[in-house]
Amino acid sequence: MNRLAVELPGLSLKNPIMPASGCFGFGKEYAKLYDLSKLGAIMIKATTLETRLGNPTPRVAETAAGMLNAIGLQNPGLEKVIAEELIWLEQYEVPIIANVAGTLTEDYVEVAKHISKSKNVKAIELNISCPNVKCGGITFGTDAAIAAELTAAVKAVSEVPVYVKLSPNVTDIGEIARAVEASGADGITMINTLIGMRLDTRTGKPVIANGTGGLSGPAVKPVALRMVYEVAKQVSIPIIGMGGITTVDDVIDFMSAGASAVAVGTANFVDPFVCPNIIDQLPEKLDWLGYHHVTELTGRSHR
Amino acid sequence: MIRQERMRVVKHKEIAHNIFELTLIGQLVHDMKNPGQFVHIRVSESYEPLLRRPISIASIDRETLEFTMIYRAEGRGTTILSQAKPGQEVDVLGPLGNGFPLGQASDGEHVLLIGGGIGVPPLYELSKRLVDVGVKPIHILGFQSADVVFYENEFRELGETHIVTVDGSLGHQGFVTNVLDSIAEEVSTYFACGPTAMLGALQNALPDTKGFLSYEERMGCGLGACFACVCKTTEAVEADYVKVCSDGPVFPAGVVRL
Repeated sequence: MNRLAVELPGLSLKNPIMPASGCFGFGKEYAKLYDLSKLGAIMIKATTLETRLGNPTPRVAETAAGMLNAIGLQNPGLEKVIAEELIWLEQYEVPIIANVAGTLTEDYVEVAKHISKSKNVKAIELNISCPNVKCGGITFGTDAAIAAELTAAVKAVSEVPVYVKLSPNVTDIGEIARAVEASGADGITMINTLIGMRLDTRTGKPVIANGTGGLSGPAVKPVALRMVYEVAKQVSIPIIGMGGITTVDDVIDFMSAGASAVAVGTANFVDPFVCPNIIDQLPEKLDWLGYHHVTELTGRSHR
Repeated sequence: MIRQERMRVVKHKEIAHNIFELTLIGQLVHDMKNPGQFVHIRVSESYEPLLRRPISIASIDRETLEFTMIYRAEGRGTTILSQAKPGQEVDVLGPLGNGFPLGQASDGEHVLLIGGGIGVPPLYELSKRLVDVGVKPIHILGFQSADVVFYENEFRELGETHIVTVDGSLGHQGFVTNVLDSIAEEVSTYFACGPTAMLGALQNALPDTKGFLSYEERMGCGLGACFACVCKTTEAVEADYVKVCSDGPVFPAGVVRL
């Protein structure tokens, strides 16, 4: 029996570790380094209806124990993602979670409807939390009623379970979580990046061309952990936790706080082998903690 | 193949003001192919600074499995790196990128190698490889001032070399483009690495010469996954954009929109 296997709506994960959306492209770059079939799942880069070229550069800036990014959802658009990227990914034994973004509700619905028909797409991750685009994204994720409405609209057309990716840039993340659960979300992924800024000390101007960017990396872990802990108490649908996860101990923490699986983001840039390394280290960590199966970790902070 | 390896420091010294020459040894050198490729260095085991630093490869010795890079200690990351001592290990990811195309010029032909500041290092391995096949490189190397000039003699051993400084403290005063007119030989190709403004000026000054330009851009992953280092392209190519890390860092002249 596989001690690391996790069953979630739509997803049979051989282990609870997956790269987070936007930190792994569509897998091709990392496939040169290791076998993608080793991963629990892959959250692909946000896909929009049309081709997007993203924001002007500089798009990234390093910060204390973290980084800011404002890529701006650059992607080749729905048609190419399905025809080129998802078909290419079919060669691997790994479920795909398709991150879906848009400007209007109709965009999300259209992308979800088509992308959920792809053979290897086992779940949708509804991106209502991208802080780096002027329209759509986070505007859907900071109002509980709007988030719920969008969730229902996408649920109505999706052929696979829908996970909603929450923004931490809200006063009460529990309220948004409860609202999307009530309108049919099958799961929650959290958190997206925190809006932040870095200034060039000499000029006093923002380093990132977009002005602000999304903060990620180890710096955000305590915030993400607190939010997972809070939301886990308020919803009964599963949570895929993320926010600064870099080591196997971080994975234990997020699962303890209530996550059923986790995603690794920025750490892929620091160590491209971080996901397979964590997967290899998990069994030993379970032994050390005295657990047999990884699912026993989920929610142990609350027990 | 791209590898991640803890490579050992063989030599490390300051060769000009804040300019360091670092020689590392390890298996990763087997995979270094074209001059102009780069490595992505993690300067600290801690979370601060977090990201890797892209640094170009200045010379490769496959027999001893050593390679050398030359960098400027400027920010936090490179300043930490500059303290690495011989025998210590450095976390290297690479080789990355595609580098300069070889085989663009043939035996006996003259080519121009033009570098600006910390863009000079990758031209050294390029020049050595061109000389190996009988191509005659002419180097134009631009720096801010005399105190940051490096590898002048190394380049002179390989071919005609012109040093240019912005303040005139060594060689010609001005920019690399000021020297172009004084080159008497017919050149078939030019290769350049340096600040984007310099690359743009060269493209304008040499519109009819085949050119290959190595770009610099802020990077995240260095592998092509994060889309931090994208550049818009001109109408000359079909793609809407290129990624400096994985599609480049070297592109033919006229590809990147400046």
